[in-house]
Amino acid sequence: MMSKEKGAAFLLAGGTDLLVKLKMGMVEPDLVVDIKRIPKIDEIQASAKGFTIGAAVSGSVIGQHMALKAAWPGVVEAANLIGSDQIQGRATLAGNLCNASPAADSVPAMIAAGAKAVIVGPQKKRTVAVEKVVLGPGQTCLAKGEVIEAITLPKPESRTGDAYLRFIPRTEMDIAVVGVAISLKLERGVVKKAKVVLGAVAPTAVVVPAAAKALVGSNLDDAALDKLASACSAACNPIDDKRGTVEYRTRVAGVLAKRAAKIAFQRAGGAL
Amino acid sequence: MSNATLVSTTVNGDPVQFACPTDESLMTALRNRVGLTGVKEGCGTGDCGACSVTLDGSLVCSCLVLGVEAEGREVTTVEGLSEGGELHVLQQKFIDHAALQCGICTPGFLVAAKSLLDRNPNPDETEIRYALAGNLCRCTGYDKIVHAVQAAAKEIRGKDKRSKKRR
Repeated sequence: MMSKEKGAAFLLAGGTDLLVKLKMGMVEPDLVVDIKRIPKIDEIQASAKGFTIGAAVSGSVIGQHMALKAAWPGVVEAANLIGSDQIQGRATLAGNLCNASPAADSVPAMIAAGAKAVIVGPQKKRTVAVEKVVLGPGQTCLAKGEVIEAITLPKPESRTGDAYLRFIPRTEMDIAVVGVAISLKLERGVVKKAKVVLGAVAPTAVVVPAAAKALVGSNLDDAALDKLASACSAACNPIDDKRGTVEYRTRVAGVLAKRAAKIAFQRAGGAL
Repeated sequence: MSNATLVSTTVNGDPVQFACPTDESLMTALRNRVGLTGVKEGCGTGDCGACSVTLDGSLVCSCLVLGVEAEGREVTTVEGLSEGGELHVLQQKFIDHAALQCGICTPGFLVAAKSLLDRNPNPDETEIRYALAGNLCRCTGYDKIVHAVQAAAKEIRGKDKRSKKRR
């Protein structure tokens, strides 16, 4: 259906972005396809390999899934930070990804966790790492007729922990000024592997290998945390807006990264 | 995008049919086609919560739902709160605590508060404030609303206890 439509075709999952754009006149669709009645699209499936989260699964369903919460608490907390309870009743991970906002909360957390997008098109199905999906603000790698069917998360390795923190001017219901997602794996109390991802400080979420390197081999001592913070600040390329200046966002990225690292470390079973 | 479609749904327990353009929001359909004007339009973009309803039990902003999406689903609005002409405890407590002034936000607050108490009969103040963060009030300053929800929660818990004892 999507590929046959000659005009502008849009997919409707939670609709929390699409309906706003419709109302504002930012999009004028010729076709809107509601995916919520497709079998399994509103289900979370757990298997030995990990989790498959259907494209229409809402934030509130994600927040109530105990096994997912236990495996990837950072992803769940990021998904649940999006909007109010009303928004949580509808908003989806796949939608947050496809909307391709630089400040999307769930995207850095999904990247840190190694999430993949299962993309189906008229000809074939392909699986793409989440960090490769967003190309720029509002732009994704999806070709005409392609849609995200599900987001997959791997089964976490032993002694793994993840965390997502964002900074907003209010206590709730705002758009991230900075978001930081960190996942790490411990071995004998020391960080063996890490992935550090920043949100809202560049046109897309940014993976920061230098920040991950700062953590590896450490037990989160002050020197490692300082290196982490400066690597994160160095990776920032933010905009100035009413929520925060360039300098502010750059500074806050480092501070939040330290805090997120500590949470992920403790969730992995590390002692601070 | 705007040919009218016939939608069969359940609203406040009653079967309802309406025809609406495919790009019309559930909020507009409920107000203009079903006559449930307790559903208020504040922002129309999911920020203020005045149009809150439940859709298959889950709390949503009806301005961010298309009318056609209600096909075969169950919708509850503020009009579904009272039973047999008796106000719901939450409604009575909002009156008792003067938790409203102009009243535009009130239906949304009531629906969101009911949804909270259905999940969590004994929320603390922080939980109430977070659960109602999606509802904006520009008159009361929220304290009275929080007190009304606390009082309602207490009364509902008391009633539940009594009915359990009787059994």
